[in-house]
Amino acid sequence: MNDWRYRLTEHRGTLAAVAIFVVMFIIYTSNHPAGFTANVIQTAANKGVLLAFVAMAQTMVVITAGIDLSVGMIFLLTNCLASWLVVGSPLETAFGVFVVLSVGASCGAINGAIVIYGRLQPIVATIATGAVYFGFALLLRPFPGGSVNERLADALTGRIFGVVPASLVALAAVVVVIWVPFSRSVYGRAAYAVGSSETAAYMSGMPIRRGKLLAYTLAGLVAALGGLFLTFFTYTGDAALASGNAYTLFSIAAVVLGGVSLFGGKGSAIGAVFGALAFRTIGDLLFVFDLDPLWQPLFQGLILMAAISLGALALFRVRNRLEWFL
Amino acid sequence: MESGAPLFRMEGISKRYGGVRALENAELSVRTGAIHAVLGENGAGKSTLIKIMAGVVAADEGQMTLDGQPVTFASPAAANAAGIACVFQELSLIPELSVADNIVIFNPPTRFGMIDRKAQRRLAEEALARAGAADIHPLALVKDLPLSRQQIVEIAKALARKPRILILDEATSALTAADVSKVFAVLKRLRSEGLALVYISHRMNEIAELADDCTVFRNGSKVASYPAGTRSDSEVIEMMIGREYHSVYPPKPGPLAPAAPVLETRNLSWANRLHDISFSLRAGEIVGLGGLDGQGQRDLLLALFGVLRGLRGTVLVDGRAISIGSPAQARRHGIGMALIPEDRKTEGLMLPMTVRDNLSLASLDRLTRGGIIDRAKEESAIDRMMTLLSIKAGNIDAPVGALSGGNQQKVVIAKWLMRQPRIVLLNDPTRGIDVGTKQEIYQLLRRLADEGAAILFYSTDYAELIGCCDRVLVLYDGAVKRELAGPEITERALIASALNIPSADPSHREPIQ
Repeated sequence: MNDWRYRLTEHRGTLAAVAIFVVMFIIYTSNHPAGFTANVIQTAANKGVLLAFVAMAQTMVVITAGIDLSVGMIFLLTNCLASWLVVGSPLETAFGVFVVLSVGASCGAINGAIVIYGRLQPIVATIATGAVYFGFALLLRPFPGGSVNERLADALTGRIFGVVPASLVALAAVVVVIWVPFSRSVYGRAAYAVGSSETAAYMSGMPIRRGKLLAYTLAGLVAALGGLFLTFFTYTGDAALASGNAYTLFSIAAVVLGGVSLFGGKGSAIGAVFGALAFRTIGDLLFVFDLDPLWQPLFQGLILMAAISLGALALFRVRNRLEWFL
Repeated sequence: MESGAPLFRMEGISKRYGGVRALENAELSVRTGAIHAVLGENGAGKSTLIKIMAGVVAADEGQMTLDGQPVTFASPAAANAAGIACVFQELSLIPELSVADNIVIFNPPTRFGMIDRKAQRRLAEEALARAGAADIHPLALVKDLPLSRQQIVEIAKALARKPRILILDEATSALTAADVSKVFAVLKRLRSEGLALVYISHRMNEIAELADDCTVFRNGSKVASYPAGTRSDSEVIEMMIGREYHSVYPPKPGPLAPAAPVLETRNLSWANRLHDISFSLRAGEIVGLGGLDGQGQRDLLLALFGVLRGLRGTVLVDGRAISIGSPAQARRHGIGMALIPEDRKTEGLMLPMTVRDNLSLASLDRLTRGGIIDRAKEESAIDRMMTLLSIKAGNIDAPVGALSGGNQQKVVIAKWLMRQPRIVLLNDPTRGIDVGTKQEIYQLLRRLADEGAAILFYSTDYAELIGCCDRVLVLYDGAVKRELAGPEITERALIASALNIPSADPSHREPIQ
């Protein structure tokens, strides 16, 4: 029984994110004119899933005490690529999906290699690579357009048995297939260890470089899954700079909401997923309360500010002021 | 316990860091089933020796043999593979991971490519039990454990690697008495299991209880090796000192006329680190802080400088009780305090910024007019400091990081002297700088005192305390254990009180057993 206490502490950030999301979502649906119906949930899920993928990607990098500012651009690039390739017969579609995901993973691996072997700071390295990825996206789709295998798209964005949103099931599957094995592997642990204390990890002989590289690569892969879903939702590819930048910034807000520490070593992608869903619900909340759209960004900012401030409460307990700066 | 051929042997080991000699022709040999204590002052080279043994740094010269075969270790992992595990003074635990995660970190058990949590849990529990700490929960996060328990986890982590040689570098320095006795029981059991243990500690009573063999180091070389119990404490201390003096210190003025203290503390306590510290500091006086490294000296200086929260007790300046909430308050007019920090690279200087910017950084409030820095005023203040401290900087607009260590340290000192502080706190200011600069700093301190500053001076170098200070407070475990004044300040008295053993007097030498 005693184990529970420790498990609870370990997952506190994730549980807090789940709680924030659940509370917000209940307020949202209970004020929604249609109420808690399959339709409302599907719409909410489809809006939230994209950010959830990008936030999951961001988490992988943030855990190593890095940050990936190219994540939104990988998302766009893979969207544009998918709008060319994920079409045609099932075999062609499958090949397209494979290429899109490989490109995403390669983008992540390039980020990782630059950070690890080039010893550049993640923040600048990914600004640069992000611009390059956006450049490619623009070359692929100078104007919005293209198409996607609509049967696959509809299957993955519709409802299973008429109730469960397929996109949520896909998201859960990705968590189970990618995040869980990663976080429990030796490399995953190395990624956490690097984020917590790189010297201690090195002194303990951990595979820190491979752990980090894997984290960056998987981040690219998961961002590409997000790009794929964007294509499924919109049926087009669109290299929209503003949208890429927004996803990058929102993903950082979502991981913080999800209890992932920007200093690294702490948090889980599951928390980040709920952080992303909560972040999306903030916008929806303002919608159901019929707030003037003019006020929405302001209130969204205030609610976000309040939510992330919860995490700073621990600073009041610090007894050596020098620890504020660590 | 039989003493056969040594299991592990180091010979002719030398190591330099930059121009500083850390080890010179050092040697050590350890045997199975025995605990080998390594003794020496701060900076005698013990830690470097251990790091070479554990593969953390490579020796410049010398050879090591294991089982009679020559060995070299390119990395900590290589030393591990050879069966050498080390518990370092600085913890090598990963704070955000659980105890179990940390213990198996070298080689986690896996199943289908994923870490097998059940097996990990079992291994961790075994190792904890072996380290005498079955009460530590394997799922607890390391950062949530008190330091003393973390130290035990560190030992369990080393044991999980099934080493043949276990090195403990000050492994008990953070432990509570209850934990120390548990660890001792563990170490004795390991000895009887045939491990070779290397034990570094400053605590003489621990060494008397544990050690089979002892080796004393001084200035990077071995002084003597002898079976435990054959030398008295005072002989050991003598071997540890044995240093020639230079008259690099300015003459002391002798006893001061009685005056009201400028700075006084009464029962100052903080967290578990400082306990009831009371002392006073008068104008014109240099008071030293002695003791082993990490006995609360740094915390005391930070407490006075307004960095620590939750202080208990009183701090008085000019007889007035005050509370200082930040360094900005500490340096204000009426208090006029300055702290020369321990680590000049992170706490003292902005390395990429110019010498000029660094020098005026702490006095900008006095060098501005209407919020704009008065360049002429700044220039003259900087010139004054450059001459006063004879700082050799080719160009004061060059980054301060380009200066030598000694000159960098002078910049840190000058930066605070520009404010003409009344109370100067120094945290080991001469660490890692050349002798010439040290000498200039000693003279500067005395001149400041003569001009009426009150100086509190922490140093890890006993000779400095003897040469510079009018009085010395010796700290042990966060409390003032002894106050030495004038002629009482001797190396013997300093070391004896630092080790918290009754002052060893050469005329009462214990019989050699």
